[in-house]
Amino acid sequence: MAQAIFDEMGAPGGEIRQAYKTLQAWLGETPPEILTLRREEAETFFRRIGITFAVYGEGGDPERIIPFDIIPRILEAAEWQQISDGLVQRVRALNAFIADVYGAQEILKAGIVPRDQVILNDTYRYQMQGVSVPHNVFTHIAGIDMVRVGPEEFYVLEDNCRTPSGVSYMLENREITMRLFPDLFSRYNVAPVDHYCDELMRTLTSVAPRNCQGEPTVAVLTPGIYNSAYYEHSFLADQMGVELVEGPDLYVMDDIVYMRTTQGPKRVDVIYRRVDDEFLDPLSFRPDSALGVAGLMSAYRAGNVNLTNAVGAGIADDKAIYTYVPEMVKFYLGETPILKNVPTWRCSEKDDAQYVIEHLPELVVKEVHGSGGYGMLVGPKATKEEIEAFGARVKAAPEKYIAQPTLALSTCPTFVNEGVAPRHVDLRPFILSGRDIKVVPGGLTRVAMREGSLVVNSSQGGGTKDTWVLKD
Amino acid sequence: MMLARTADSLYWIARYMERAENLARTLRVTDRLSLMPSIADADGSEWHSTVVVSGSENDFYEKHEEATPENVISYLAFDPENPSSIRSCIETARRNARAVRTALTTEQWECLNSAWLELPGWNEARVRGSGLHRFLDWVKDCSLLFTGGTVATMLRRDSYYFTRLGTFIERNDNTARILDVKYHVLLPEHAEVGGGIDYYQWASILRAVSGYRSYNAVYREGLKPWLIAEFLIMREEMPRSLISCSAEIKDCLDKLGEEYGQRHECHRIAGQLYSRLRFGKVEDVFRQGLHEFLSDHIDQNNRLGMEISRSYLLG
Repeated sequence: MAQAIFDEMGAPGGEIRQAYKTLQAWLGETPPEILTLRREEAETFFRRIGITFAVYGEGGDPERIIPFDIIPRILEAAEWQQISDGLVQRVRALNAFIADVYGAQEILKAGIVPRDQVILNDTYRYQMQGVSVPHNVFTHIAGIDMVRVGPEEFYVLEDNCRTPSGVSYMLENREITMRLFPDLFSRYNVAPVDHYCDELMRTLTSVAPRNCQGEPTVAVLTPGIYNSAYYEHSFLADQMGVELVEGPDLYVMDDIVYMRTTQGPKRVDVIYRRVDDEFLDPLSFRPDSALGVAGLMSAYRAGNVNLTNAVGAGIADDKAIYTYVPEMVKFYLGETPILKNVPTWRCSEKDDAQYVIEHLPELVVKEVHGSGGYGMLVGPKATKEEIEAFGARVKAAPEKYIAQPTLALSTCPTFVNEGVAPRHVDLRPFILSGRDIKVVPGGLTRVAMREGSLVVNSSQGGGTKDTWVLKD
Repeated sequence: MMLARTADSLYWIARYMERAENLARTLRVTDRLSLMPSIADADGSEWHSTVVVSGSENDFYEKHEEATPENVISYLAFDPENPSSIRSCIETARRNARAVRTALTTEQWECLNSAWLELPGWNEARVRGSGLHRFLDWVKDCSLLFTGGTVATMLRRDSYYFTRLGTFIERNDNTARILDVKYHVLLPEHAEVGGGIDYYQWASILRAVSGYRSYNAVYREGLKPWLIAEFLIMREEMPRSLISCSAEIKDCLDKLGEEYGQRHECHRIAGQLYSRLRFGKVEDVFRQGLHEFLSDHIDQNNRLGMEISRSYLLG
């Protein structure tokens, strides 16, 4: 598509957008050597603190740093307000949907979401059918991936309702920007994000299980130091002042979860788990899992412990289910969706599949269950052979794929080897749902560091930026 | 109260850092000794005895036929297959640190993480010749920074006492081993320390525990084997002596007992270990036999370590 690319600072030679004027002036007065120096300082900082992204088993450095771009991305208060309202609305609908799926299944009965798409979905957990959870909240921490294509045009690319990561980068990026560029920072009125962990703690304690007496004990459950997001797990536990536990630190007796401490067993009430459903409890899911806790599901169903996010929440972020979210907003909330979905072809439907196969060179095709930028085809960037190979896969199992037009993702000024140049970005804000819903003003901006690239995933060489939301 | 696994990791981080430091000290004095011309034409047994001090005699000789300087340095400093090589100690300490980083202060973490980041820069080629001392000094600095950072920045509660227990259990063991092996090697039945060789050898024991100048400050009558033994066993003002380590262990356990309102078998053993030193006489140690006394001390210290694990660290 020959759509013009929207640059958030302003097209080269054109008018600089309001929010970026001060930044532009600052860039003009700051020599590139200083920027290079600051970038090196940032890298040293990340290494020293140990903010790394673990990539084991691929050779090379097992603990990598996600490239950090030192130039912040800036959003106006009004722009953010619209995003924030849209996110709250969307997450309310997603929670209502998950509660409905594991409850009365009204939306299936109404024929709005096909029953098979849900019940036969890999992310559906029959173990959760009929289980009630505090405040009916299933996705307590949601990360919604958004892209921008114009001044007013934001699209939701993907919902992450299971264990979205990246919030520690939102917080550490802010920390480092304030440290490296205090002068620039002080010229703007940037809304703080530091209270995220307090809000997270408040959210977690607000969903204590029904049988919890007194102040709930919260713990973060991690798969351990070899997990790619381990740094984030330890960071969050630390900021909240709660224990970071691994499966073997916990055990269940008489449907009650305990952690092993230096003073014997201590009861745990809320577990912010960063372990996938399948590994949570070898008695209910994968029996070979050493990351989970035997009997956890039974304690969960008995109302003696709450898990965040809830087991089975993944049903709402499946890429095939994604296409129904605007309808969910109308069905559950009776509202018009504030945030738009990217138009999507569902290859499970015959006409759509036909169209997709015929238009592969101009589409982005994704595996319904893939994540992290794996198992996808970016048509305009792919070679003829890649397109043919992918087409064959789609033909063989169309229900496994969806396709979207290649969006002209917005660009932001980014400091790369050639100097300051526009690079494509996306945005992942984090939405907290407990007794009520909170969105901290900001998010993780991911940036494709290579010129022209649209793939922002950290596993594919993408970087991150600090994201500033301005106050009025 | 804390996670048993966290306490266990803190304890072992401290043990491994202390072990690395003691190894570095021992290698340093061994190297120094081997530079003494009069000793260099001897049988090179100082390298063998260093392997014995490290407690890895069997594993070492499975891999190497002879205790040459190169073999010993390679095995004790860099061998990844030796779980107690300096390299393995630092790697294990840092791996544990990563698993419990929320329980560490920023200073402690950064010290361990920096050590780990700088470690690949040191290798056998780089430590040849004068590089060895720079490497060993670096190891010592890392450990001292960690210990200093612990004392200066950690909140005085259970996590602190578990960390300190690791340091002192390890040091208690190491000092006893150095004294036992070196004393045994030199074994001057009741001989006086003569000139030349002997003098350097005895001084090396003191240097290995950073006690050469301290000894001279305490005793103003030259190096005497039995005074050296007394100094390293029973002098409370010597921070690496057995009695100092045992007193620290006992204090840490007392604090834990107070904080948790409960005492265990480890408290009893620690009390016994300490009072034996506090109220014993060095003459009795020699009458019993220094080697027997030290072996027994090492055994008791091990048992104490196991009891600490059983009471607190296994959950």
